[in-house]
Amino acid sequence: MSALAKPVARLIDEFSRLPGIGPKTASRLTFFLLRASKEQVDALAEAVRELKAGIVLCRECFNISETPLCSVCADEQRDRSVICVVEEPLDVLAIERTRDYKGLYHVLHGAISPMDGVGPADLRINELVERLRTKPVREVILATNPNMEGDATAMYLARLIQPLGVTTTRLGRGLPVGGDLEYADEMTLARALEGRRQF
Amino acid sequence: MNGHCGLNAAAKVGKVRQARERLYRIEGIVLKRQDFGEADRVLTLLTPDRGKLRAVAKGVRRTTSRKAGHIELFSQSHLLLAKGRTMDVITQAQAVNLFRALHDDLLRFTYASYMAELVDKFLEEEDAQEDVYLLLRGGLEALGETQGESSLALLTRFFELRLLSLVGFQPSLFACANCGQPLDAVDQYFSATAGGALCPACRTSQRDALPLTLNALKVLRFLQTRDYPQVRSLVLSADVHRELERLLLRYLTQVLERHLKSPEFLELVRGVNPVAG
Ligand SMILES: [Zn+2]
Ligand SMILES: [Zn+2]
Repeated sequence: MSALAKPVARLIDEFSRLPGIGPKTASRLTFFLLRASKEQVDALAEAVRELKAGIVLCRECFNISETPLCSVCADEQRDRSVICVVEEPLDVLAIERTRDYKGLYHVLHGAISPMDGVGPADLRINELVERLRTKPVREVILATNPNMEGDATAMYLARLIQPLGVTTTRLGRGLPVGGDLEYADEMTLARALEGRRQF
Repeated sequence: MNGHCGLNAAAKVGKVRQARERLYRIEGIVLKRQDFGEADRVLTLLTPDRGKLRAVAKGVRRTTSRKAGHIELFSQSHLLLAKGRTMDVITQAQAVNLFRALHDDLLRFTYASYMAELVDKFLEEEDAQEDVYLLLRGGLEALGETQGESSLALLTRFFELRLLSLVGFQPSLFACANCGQPLDAVDQYFSATAGGALCPACRTSQRDALPLTLNALKVLRFLQTRDYPQVRSLVLSADVHRELERLLLRYLTQVLERHLKSPEFLELVRGVNPVAG
């Protein structure tokens, strides 16, 4: 049915499954590689293969890492009394970019979604509780996403953590930088009002 | 020349009209959503006149998205959609009700998830049932105004029975589901496969028949035949609560022929911090 050679169609198909790549971009990338040198194509193929082979989850915080203990957990300078709990490894990168946070992380790898059958057992929640039991942690920052599932996950964690005598905090929310007030929904506005500060 | 310009104008008007026809307004409740692509989400919406439909909301995972706060999970919104090749696209969203009380309470959130899961599983796509839409809207609203585990459970039992009636699976509670004889005021049995209560004589006719106490049967009948304002003041013992929850879950699973996912988390939430009845 297709006029395309099978290997070409297959690569287009694989590219189309990546985020942000539609069928057109997928074809463009494929035909670019078809014309590219053998060295370039091999380098890409190897990089893709090595991605999975060389990556593990940090045994402490479950962030993706090249070593059993990730660079943040291994860093003696970091404040070990604070743990910031996030949903995904990309969230760690986002917080690291601020350069304002000096504590450790804990990556859950998802958020609670009862309807989809994603519960605490599917996330790194037991591992977090274990960390809090065995390490001298003073504060846990619940930095799950500011949406329904993220809020639910934070509430669930807060209930688990509070009996351990560790302080839990939630990232403040308010209006996004660069937005117009008139487009803000009522919840964002209500929370921005709650979190107002003296000017 | 003149004719040529006229044709152009006509073509332009045609294009504008086409663009307008590709857009349509709906009201909907966000039943569930799934991350899609880099920053998009696919929403499953429940609408009064088009039933369940899926639409993509672009860029809503960015914190700067104007739409994101208007299409949160369970929010009721006015939406402008554009017809797309594979899926329609949400171009504008204005929340009517965000059901904020569901965000701040884990138990309410979990019950809301359960209600949405039930509706999602009972309705096929494009199966328009306005009364189911109204039931869900009312259910989410009532959840926000309800405090405490036992009141939330009672509301949910009412929701389950009403939904079952609306989608054509009302369990038989006044006559034996097997022989059709009116049920006496004594302890009975219940069979999900038979579709309701069984008289003692028929208990052996169904392999899944389990005892149903007279108390639980009375409550079930009350819930099935009254409106919520009358139901909400009922006070039930913890035993009756448990019995009703188990019985209805078994019945719903039987009718759906599918496993329901949210009850498992509900158990956990209660376990973490059990709320006394
Ligand atoms: Zn680590
Ligand atoms: Zn009978």
